[in-house]
Amino acid sequence: MDSAVTGNGARQVMDARAIERALVRVAHEILERNKDTEQLAFVGIRSRGVHLAERIRRAIQEIEAGTLVPFGVVDITLYRDDLDRGLQNPVVQGTDIPFAVDGRRILLVDDVLFTGRTVRAAMDALVDFGRPQSIQLAVLVDRGHRELPIRADFVGKNLPTSLGEQVQVRLAEVDGQDEVLIETVRER
Amino acid sequence: MAFTQRHLLGLEGVPADEITAILDTAASFKEISERDIKKVPTLRGKTVINLFYEVSTRTRTSFEIAAKRLSADTINISASASSTCKGETLADTARNLEAMRPDAIVVRHPSSGACHLLARHLSCPILNAGDGCHEHPTQALLDLLTIRGHLGRIAGLTVAIVGDILHSRVARSNLHALRTLGATVRLVGPPTLVPPELRALGAELHTRLDEGVRDADVIMMLRIQRERQGANFFPTLDEYAQYFCLTEEAVRLAKPQVIILHPGPLNRGLEIASAVADGPYSVIMDQVTNGVAVRMALLYLLIARSKAEDALEPEALAEPSRRRTGGRG
Amino acid sequence: MSLAGTVIAGGTVVDPVAGRATLGDVVIKDGRLVGVMRSGEWSAEGTTVIDARGLLVLPGLVDMHVHLREPGFEYKETIATGVQAALAGGFTSVACMGNTEPPNDSAAVTQYILDRARVADRTRVYPIGALSLGLRGERLAEIGEMHRAGIVAVSDDGHPVMDAALMRRALEYTCMFGIPVIAHEQDEHLAAGGVMHEGVTALRLGLGGIPVAAEEVMVARDIALVRLTGGRLHVAHVSSARTVALLREAKTAGLPVTAEVTPHHLFLTDEAVADYGTHAKMAPPLRTRADVEALRAALADGTIDAIATDHAPHHHDEKEVEFDQAANGVVGLETALPLVLRLAGEGVADLPTLIARMTCGPARILGLPAGTLAPGAPADLTLVDPERRWQVEARHFRSKGRNTPFEGWEMVGRVQAVLVGGRLLYDERPQAAALRSA
Repeated sequence: MDSAVTGNGARQVMDARAIERALVRVAHEILERNKDTEQLAFVGIRSRGVHLAERIRRAIQEIEAGTLVPFGVVDITLYRDDLDRGLQNPVVQGTDIPFAVDGRRILLVDDVLFTGRTVRAAMDALVDFGRPQSIQLAVLVDRGHRELPIRADFVGKNLPTSLGEQVQVRLAEVDGQDEVLIETVRER
Repeated sequence: MAFTQRHLLGLEGVPADEITAILDTAASFKEISERDIKKVPTLRGKTVINLFYEVSTRTRTSFEIAAKRLSADTINISASASSTCKGETLADTARNLEAMRPDAIVVRHPSSGACHLLARHLSCPILNAGDGCHEHPTQALLDLLTIRGHLGRIAGLTVAIVGDILHSRVARSNLHALRTLGATVRLVGPPTLVPPELRALGAELHTRLDEGVRDADVIMMLRIQRERQGANFFPTLDEYAQYFCLTEEAVRLAKPQVIILHPGPLNRGLEIASAVADGPYSVIMDQVTNGVAVRMALLYLLIARSKAEDALEPEALAEPSRRRTGGRG
Repeated sequence: MSLAGTVIAGGTVVDPVAGRATLGDVVIKDGRLVGVMRSGEWSAEGTTVIDARGLLVLPGLVDMHVHLREPGFEYKETIATGVQAALAGGFTSVACMGNTEPPNDSAAVTQYILDRARVADRTRVYPIGALSLGLRGERLAEIGEMHRAGIVAVSDDGHPVMDAALMRRALEYTCMFGIPVIAHEQDEHLAAGGVMHEGVTALRLGLGGIPVAAEEVMVARDIALVRLTGGRLHVAHVSSARTVALLREAKTAGLPVTAEVTPHHLFLTDEAVADYGTHAKMAPPLRTRADVEALRAALADGTIDAIATDHAPHHHDEKEVEFDQAANGVVGLETALPLVLRLAGEGVADLPTLIARMTCGPARILGLPAGTLAPGAPADLTLVDPERRWQVEARHFRSKGRNTPFEGWEMVGRVQAVLVGGRLLYDERPQAAALRSA
């Protein structure tokens, strides 16, 4: 695996090409598992999940021309379970689901799967909009350490980590470049 | 985004980026009110007390809906300010409420500064829902949100506020916030209700309605209190209406895309002609909708901030689920 | 021991009448002043010597405007606690307003106040009688009866006399007794609904304003009535530059008009209300910086004759309420002198002039045997350490009232000892125990 140490001590575990390959593979897997794309809809979790969802959606369009899957955005801030622990920066950017959720097969997309709490919150948010037929989960990185019984249906890369490490997904849309970094913030 | 207010006692002195943060948050909350299930679990288990010393169905209802859409439990206490003469002081009431461990208290009171008094006694966030002739910050914020929604900005706009400026907490809050965000504010009314010292707060003063509304982007009409008639601020309501009732003719002097706001309830034919209140430029109903969103945003921001303060930093930071990027499950 | 004589030795003796401050020894015998001498001019034999080296020796201070609250409002202050506070502040004579319950509108109440003061046996208390029955501004109170019982002035303080005809009669009638009418000058119609100075701060805070004109029109009216009647008018707690101008004009015209100013009006402006602090709520209200400057100038040039505290103790519960419902007034007895010393430090006037406004100035207005170092005068003296630094902490006040706008202020100068009629009734000198007898 090509892992390079960057200036600030963070280690790169995926570069742009690796991310691209992973997303294309995930797109293929999604199509394979969901033969009928009719009822499929993507929902990206703010903020990086949104961009990943867009990329996967584009990849699917390239694989099967003409397939335009509906697309929404969910902001889980209002569904978090840690208000009492204090939110550092309680920015609410808003949820935008421009399609009826009822009966849809929702594909939830996020960058990193860790404790599972974000996905729990996102699912709570989704069901407030209706009753989807099913919810599947796609993530770029699964770093383990789940605190809830949640697993991803599609994983770009499984990345074993320790709790003292931090995984950072950087995307061209927000960070100027594509890469996944791992950083030790504290010995455990 | 930077929201650092412990309480919302008024908008005077609240910096532009904080006002913008409130408006941005409120804008994102508007969507919740359009859902079938108009509720998010954000403030589940939190208690919001609406402490109203003045009768106000619409403001109280708006706050109550806002709290409920965030899943907070609400308790309405309607107290008469005169009852405090008989016994309990506001400070005592405050101490009693504190003992019930509310997460926020929304206060409406006929005395200017009553919220400041409560804030001195209570540790939980105080949200001013109108204190005397001082401020009514949530009304001004919903006005700003409405203006921004229609005209896309605040900076550079000319806003005419017409009516009883002297006694208006709505006018004060709007004046402060509009000036902070870079709008030009004209205050329009008879000299008895528009004292010259207002210039020191950065307003232009006008005693003629036509001059006041000419080329305005926004006209904000204030409700005229009938009891002012007896206090010689103007001879009669009829005469007041002759000079300051917003008619279609007056509206035509303003910019073509002008919008008309009114905090309600309307005195039709007194400060605003029915044709104007119901006209295409009237955004009065948007104000009501935006009121819920603004109040949701403030309850959320104030309570989230107070909880962040309560959370002891070192321990809280050690929780994996609190961490930044990688911390999100 | 005072029979054998007491000497206050080695202090800087401030003589406000002569306008001098010189080193000297103040000699006392039989409760009266013998005179100010140089050391060696008196015999140490059988004399009690109070070492005043490094201290200012002042004639006992006179506060011509205090509220002692008794009878009726003993929860705010009693005559006993009020005179303790006065003593601690260096005051040996105070004149107390008649807005008690019942009001001091009869000889019986005047007598009661004097009796209580005699029992307290501290600072001398001079009652001010009500101008009108029940302070209602309708009919004259029995001024003659009260005068016989001991009042030194009449006033409906706090209840401005809105009836110009009543004011006229009061000014006329009091001529018979040679006592002044003290007026709280505020037009109640103009002030209606007002709780602070009318200006931009009131507008910002959404509080009702009291315009300067509310004071100005009443002062102008009463000066006209003085011209008409020849009665003596004393304007209480002047708050504005406009009033100062009117007073200056009246005095230039030779009219029998005098005036007082409070320490808080000499230091604070309406901005002290900024956070709805009720300890900055008083009547007349704190005004602008320009008014403060005009009051200071008037104090220096004698347009204002006296500094009076308007000591107005209130219970905590009357101040810890909504601003518009809070009681008016602040305590002042225990902070006045250091504030006046600060005025001297800021160059507003020289020390003897400022001390004159707290001694002979008010004493002359009320005709009190006080405020002077003349031989034969009662030996009322205040010893002050002008260097002593301290911080105002209302909880340490001797007054029951804690409502000071000066909480936390750093003060320089503190009363060390006070003698009333030659008796050392207050002694906070560090070396109090070392009082030596030769």
